[in-house]
Amino acid sequence: MKRILMKGNEAIAEAAVRAGCDLYFGYPITPQTEISEYLSSRLPEEGKVFLQAESEIAAIYMVYGAAAVGKRVLTSSSGPGISLKQEGISYLVSAELPAVIVNMSRGGPGLGNIQPSQSDYFQAVKGGGHGDYKTIVLAPDGMLGQMMEPVVFTEPQFDPLPPKDWAVSGKEGRKRRFIICFALDPQELEKVNQALQEKFRAMERNEIRYEIFGDEHPDLLLVGYGTVARILKSVVREGARKGLRLALVRPITLYPFPSAVMKEKAVQAGRVIDVEMNHGQMLEDVRLAVEGRVPVHFYGRSGGMIPTVEDTLQKVMDILSREGVKHENGI
Amino acid sequence: MKTVFERPHSLFDLPYPYCPGCHHGLAQRLIAEVIDELSISDRTIGVGPVGCSVYIYEHIDVDFVMGAHGRSPAIATGIKRSRPGTIVFSYQGDGDIAAIGTAEIIHAANRGENISCFFINNAIYGMTGGQMAPTSLLGQKTQTSPRGRKVQTEGYPFHLCEMLAVSEGSAYIARVALTNPRLIKKAKEAIRKAFLTQIEEQGFSLVEILSPCPTNWRLPPLEAVKWLEEHLMATYRIGEIKVKEGVTNAC
Repeated sequence: MKRILMKGNEAIAEAAVRAGCDLYFGYPITPQTEISEYLSSRLPEEGKVFLQAESEIAAIYMVYGAAAVGKRVLTSSSGPGISLKQEGISYLVSAELPAVIVNMSRGGPGLGNIQPSQSDYFQAVKGGGHGDYKTIVLAPDGMLGQMMEPVVFTEPQFDPLPPKDWAVSGKEGRKRRFIICFALDPQELEKVNQALQEKFRAMERNEIRYEIFGDEHPDLLLVGYGTVARILKSVVREGARKGLRLALVRPITLYPFPSAVMKEKAVQAGRVIDVEMNHGQMLEDVRLAVEGRVPVHFYGRSGGMIPTVEDTLQKVMDILSREGVKHENGI
Repeated sequence: MKTVFERPHSLFDLPYPYCPGCHHGLAQRLIAEVIDELSISDRTIGVGPVGCSVYIYEHIDVDFVMGAHGRSPAIATGIKRSRPGTIVFSYQGDGDIAAIGTAEIIHAANRGENISCFFINNAIYGMTGGQMAPTSLLGQKTQTSPRGRKVQTEGYPFHLCEMLAVSEGSAYIARVALTNPRLIKKAKEAIRKAFLTQIEEQGFSLVEILSPCPTNWRLPPLEAVKWLEEHLMATYRIGEIKVKEGVTNAC
């Protein structure tokens, strides 16, 4: 299969086209604007729709409209723009409309900067907008936005999709349909919420994905996603050369969170270090998963600073020596 | 026996939830009549708002999508771009379209988005209980302008139609009122023209419908109609504000 060199943003955009994206609505913001730029030429080539919206808010509601008629629709943004989209995301959940939203996250809070960061974890996995809801959150292996890497595209394989018998299209040949996002009666709204919770439980049963990497009998479990996971793989390899037994659990789904495997591997290792490009957000989910059975340490950088392999390895060795773990080279 | 008056087929046989003297029911009926007459109910999608206008989806028998306050023109854009063969309309109040949703309506109009928007202007926030709107008149007392709206602090009444008419993207813009049979007939013509503008792919269309809110104006229904005619219509002049060349005259 052909390997091509692409920027992460362009790879995401091309993947969306190959997965059958019908429409894209977006608003320029660094560091993800290449997604819009790429799709502005690529989607019309396929007879599909690209439209630059007047704001992130308008973009997410254009997504809402396209999803309501049953189309495959994408938007993308970065931290500040994703904050603006939160109202629309809450409405999408309420109306049970599917959409794909890319957050090429950057340093916050406020305008922050345009450097890589994982400071939007809470916003992404805990709902983000108003109301009692969750959305499936996927995290990559590595840095996606601006980094160029070799890419191999495979043909997407889909199971047959269920019919979209809820989509609006004009009522020709059937009874009219409506898509609503409110229930003024308290008993009704509780039923709506219970049905949504059922859906979230089904996500937790069926959608959890993760990768395990490294020693099968580790003395320390490393936890990280995205850019950090790529660094932690180097830490595991470097550590092995020094005789350290390390393993990594990399959540691929941040929600639903791979709590069961996290707990199992943590208990097996006896101790955990969670590494993030923020000041401790996934840390809360790791601690909830581990249920206090073993200590959970943390190392975080923020503002666009990236933990280095050397610094992280030093933290790892400090923990192991503090806790009296012997290893082959006797460090 | 000849039927001279009946319920439009596109209007459900349901009592309206609106206060006595409110014109929402009248406006929705006119929209249903035009949908019938143009035979477009099978391919029409309505976009519902937040506020008193929200109940329209219970009354008109077409597919409906409800969204957030002010965002209907963006939702309508998403629908229309996905399915250009459908007829897409929004139905929005003044707090919705002329305050929180000004960005969405201005840009939908400026793109020449081929949708129709119906804008109920009662110069006040209805569902939340009578707060000042951008469309409230100078001197108008509301729950949040208890001493009357002042230019110095709250600025001027908001003329959405005139603003949108400036844009080259808008094709048909009209302001109407429903306070007597002659005006109701004219209003229906405007609604029909808005839909025809869309059907003939001429671009963006909007009809502003001046409407009384007796409950929040603290007036009996008939006095509210009188106040609308004397004050609201003095600030917001009714008539066709923009008819772009090429827009049909077939009414």
